[in-house]
Amino acid sequence: MTSASTPEHGQLAQALADGIVQIREATTSDQLRTIVSALTGKKGPIASIKSSLGKVADIEARKELGQLVNDALAALGVATDGRSRELRAVEFSSQIESERVDMTEIAMSANVERRLGRMHLVTQAMERLEDVFIGLGFQIAEGPEVETDFYNFEALNMPPSHPARSMWDTLFVESDVEGSVVLRTHTSPVQIRVMQDWPPPIYAVMPGRVFRKETPDATHMPVFHQIEGLVIDRGITFADLAGTIESFTKAFFGPGFTSRLRPSYFPFTEPSAEFDIRRHDGTWIELGGCGMVHPHVLRAGGLDPNEWSGFAFGFGIDRMAKERHGINDIRDMYSDDVRFTEQFS
Amino acid sequence: MKILFSILREMADLPNDPDAVALALNSLGLAVEEMDVVGVPVPGVVTARIMRMEKHPDAAKVTRCFVDAGDGEERHVWCGATNMQPGDVVPLATLGTTMPNGMEIARRGILGIDSEGMLCSEVELGLSDESSGLLILPSDSPLGVSPFDVLGIEHDVIFDLDLTRNRADCWGHLGVARDLAAHFGVPLRGPRIAAASSGSNKSLDVVIDAPEQCGSFTISYVSGVSVGASPRWVASRLAHLGMRSINNVVDASNLVMLETNQPNHAYDADVVSSFRVRLANAGETLTTLDGQTRTLHADDLLICNGSSNAGVGLAGVMGDLHSEITDKTTALAIESAWFSPDPIRYSAIRHGLRSEASIRFERGTDPNAWQQAAERFVTILRETCPDATLHAGATVVQTASCPVPVSVDVSVKRIESLLGVHIESERIVSILNSIGFVTTIKGDVVTSIVPTWRPDCSQDVDLIEEVARHFGYDNIGKTVPNSTVHGRLSNMQARRRILRRVLVGLGLDEAMPSPFLAAGDLATVGLPEDNVLRIANPLVAEESILRTSLRPGVLRSLKYNQSHRAPQIGLWEIGHVYPKSDQQLPDETEQLIIVVAGGNVETSLAQWNAICDALSVGTQLDQSRIPAGLHAGRSATLARGKKVVGVVGEVDPLVLDILGIEGRVSILEVDLSVILNEEPKPVQAKDINRYPSSDLDLAFVMDDSIPASTLQRALRQAAGKQLVSIDLFDVYRGKGVADGFRSLAFRLRVQGVEATLTESQLAELQKSCVAAASKAGASLRA
Repeated sequence: MTSASTPEHGQLAQALADGIVQIREATTSDQLRTIVSALTGKKGPIASIKSSLGKVADIEARKELGQLVNDALAALGVATDGRSRELRAVEFSSQIESERVDMTEIAMSANVERRLGRMHLVTQAMERLEDVFIGLGFQIAEGPEVETDFYNFEALNMPPSHPARSMWDTLFVESDVEGSVVLRTHTSPVQIRVMQDWPPPIYAVMPGRVFRKETPDATHMPVFHQIEGLVIDRGITFADLAGTIESFTKAFFGPGFTSRLRPSYFPFTEPSAEFDIRRHDGTWIELGGCGMVHPHVLRAGGLDPNEWSGFAFGFGIDRMAKERHGINDIRDMYSDDVRFTEQFS
Repeated sequence: MKILFSILREMADLPNDPDAVALALNSLGLAVEEMDVVGVPVPGVVTARIMRMEKHPDAAKVTRCFVDAGDGEERHVWCGATNMQPGDVVPLATLGTTMPNGMEIARRGILGIDSEGMLCSEVELGLSDESSGLLILPSDSPLGVSPFDVLGIEHDVIFDLDLTRNRADCWGHLGVARDLAAHFGVPLRGPRIAAASSGSNKSLDVVIDAPEQCGSFTISYVSGVSVGASPRWVASRLAHLGMRSINNVVDASNLVMLETNQPNHAYDADVVSSFRVRLANAGETLTTLDGQTRTLHADDLLICNGSSNAGVGLAGVMGDLHSEITDKTTALAIESAWFSPDPIRYSAIRHGLRSEASIRFERGTDPNAWQQAAERFVTILRETCPDATLHAGATVVQTASCPVPVSVDVSVKRIESLLGVHIESERIVSILNSIGFVTTIKGDVVTSIVPTWRPDCSQDVDLIEEVARHFGYDNIGKTVPNSTVHGRLSNMQARRRILRRVLVGLGLDEAMPSPFLAAGDLATVGLPEDNVLRIANPLVAEESILRTSLRPGVLRSLKYNQSHRAPQIGLWEIGHVYPKSDQQLPDETEQLIIVVAGGNVETSLAQWNAICDALSVGTQLDQSRIPAGLHAGRSATLARGKKVVGVVGEVDPLVLDILGIEGRVSILEVDLSVILNEEPKPVQAKDINRYPSSDLDLAFVMDDSIPASTLQRALRQAAGKQLVSIDLFDVYRGKGVADGFRSLAFRLRVQGVEATLTESQLAELQKSCVAAASKAGASLRA
């Protein structure tokens, strides 16, 4: 290929060089647009060279020159894009500067500071407990808070005038038959309802509100919350009870915690136990009561004690929340005082 | 129940290690609430005689005492007490002594005169919880020795047990000692007896007229008695156990009860020489030992003097004041009975008199403990009355209600299947026998005769519990059942959790006010009070009504926060209400309430919208039914079909005014029993319609009395399946629109289903929308 040097070659090189200088000298995006359209428009220098191509006789030279024109246009395009980006960066930077804000000021504005609501500490504790038990294979049962004497006492192996009834300070609801309706003193009546309504095997926890005739103080409320667990299956043993309490302890409190059972007495379980949780530092927390479901209770729930056995356990939820958050006075938890509530995200 | 270590160790050879015993007690289910070490000698405290006393003119409240501690040296001590006089022997804490409370006795002066020690009270020596001055020791006490030795004070440990309702036997030391002896594998001696019955037969007459209430009544005759002070150790033990020393006879009676769990009563046998046990006549009176004259009930059981038929004791509860033994008493009739638990419990409740005896009888005593009790009684009495004689021929009258030993069977297999651990049958037998059961085994069946001091044991699980207790709960092991059940929340529970999160996301705090209301609380918030249930025995009158609405509670909480400078507050509660029903139990349902101080009707509607969106439910607003207690112009009921599920809007300003709440309060109440129990079907996907859509903006003028929803419904129907969305984007009242009318501007986004809508199709659609609107009472705004 011969490298011919025609006058067009010189004009093209000059036009390209001039064009690049002009592009670089543009000071605004608008000016750049004007320059570019003048350079590459129909009346621009490149266009005039292009239109004179027909006069070049040598086919090879004409071809080469055509390619050079295209290259020049591409080079101008690259230069334009580069300069355009530079100019826009400058232009936006002034916009950005003019829009500068104090983020800390905005962070303090009411709209931004608006916090999420809070669930009550008892609800938070209840959900955490439910989740742990769901993980251990339990379902969740609920029952009425106003109960009959039958479910609250009689079916739980406490026939009328049973002395153990005095273990609970009961609030009675006015009814046609005096003493036949109570505010449930524990979540245990739900055990009976579940036994009656759910076909065994049963693996259930029953959280809920309970009532006692007790004057409120820093550690007691007349209205508080318990969670009850009930397992009914074939061949359920006391060792299963101890193991389930242990699994719960580790799942809820953490792997470093252990549990123990101590003999105790409840009319609705036998053998009965208290269960304690051992903290990392070796101290014990008395948590709740448990035991093997008493045969009388199984029968009241419509189950044959020769076929089914089971265990039950129960403990207070409020105390878990109190311990977890280091609350000194449990009444604060029930004050609905937003100054107290908002602490607990 | 207080239990003394010294008494336990007399009854069995327990390790001399109170901590080990406390651990054992806990592991046996006899929970130790507190352990108190008492009577620890204080080194440095010696007996001293007060030689002379002087007042200082500038120190009116203290006395200068000059004492001799046996070394012939006169020491000067300042003393603030007033109960001493020269010649008294008192405890002196010498210089350098560390007192039980940690205080060190140093040379301290008053008015520049040093004190060379401190004279001590019982409290300061750790001997008592209260005292009224110095401890005055017997005047013939040797000087310079430990006052603890002089008084024969025993170093002891008090275990305060939190006994469970079933362990009647542990209300006496003997029951506790029996469990511990079995635990440590040592023999049980029981109380020391050195007074078997002897002498001539002496039987007093006993008649039981109330055989159901009185199962056994025994009278033992004791002669050779002279009433006086108790030995120091008896008084000391009683004091440790929380009882006051009275005299040698009453103290022996009390100590025997505390040791053996057999309540007993000593009568002067010359005053009461025959007995009748009968039900009281209604209205009959008796003056009990506490000096109170009590009017008896026909169900009260009365011990009477057999000759006069006059009451000498409220059976199982308390003796009669006038039949008390006196200084002149020389012979005793000791009553040991078995009374049926319930009548005694009711009697004690009726008379508000829970005595040491009634506590034991109402739990169940051992009808066969009387003889041991009488022998122990006289053994103690002999320390002060060496001639006291327990006569043979005690009267024992038993009726059909007297408990007899029961026999209970349990199979070894059942024990294993309930406890989840294999226990050798020999071990089972030895455990049961170690705590007084008489047990045999035949094949797989263990047969055990339950001792009469264990009324709590009557069936197989009772035996299993005893075996487990003594085998050790810690030795049973821990396994986890193989559950075939899958843990999960129910649909309703899962939806409730979604709801809670939406509420929290809306910035609302959960409230948990008391579910108890005062009379008038419901009326104050504009709600009826005729369907409420009342608490029969409320703690306070202000908490006697069970709520039928969550409204009074959360509005009170709102007001509380407002008055504590938290004006912008939104609260919610999910809780039960308990309206009366025609059934035994109320119509208990779960409800949701949201209130926002400073919120308005838009606030509550937006909240309801968010909830409906989250729970995939929808309701119709019905403003024609004005909910009670709400703003009549800014509230509506929420209905699903014909069923009302809630109310929405603003609280009646009059209600807010009465409650003292400032500003508007938005309110939303929903019956969750309806919306949480629904199970919305999964939404089925529609393909994206890719044809271009068009907007029709149409403004209508309509009478204020017609709800906007009527027009929206008409437009929706007219636009049919081409309608993508319909938005009310402008509401205008004022110039250009007649009074009582408003302009409602809707934007309908429409889209062809099978092809792009043509201009003429759009025109047609608009025409039918306008026609439908006109039918609904709205005219296209010019």
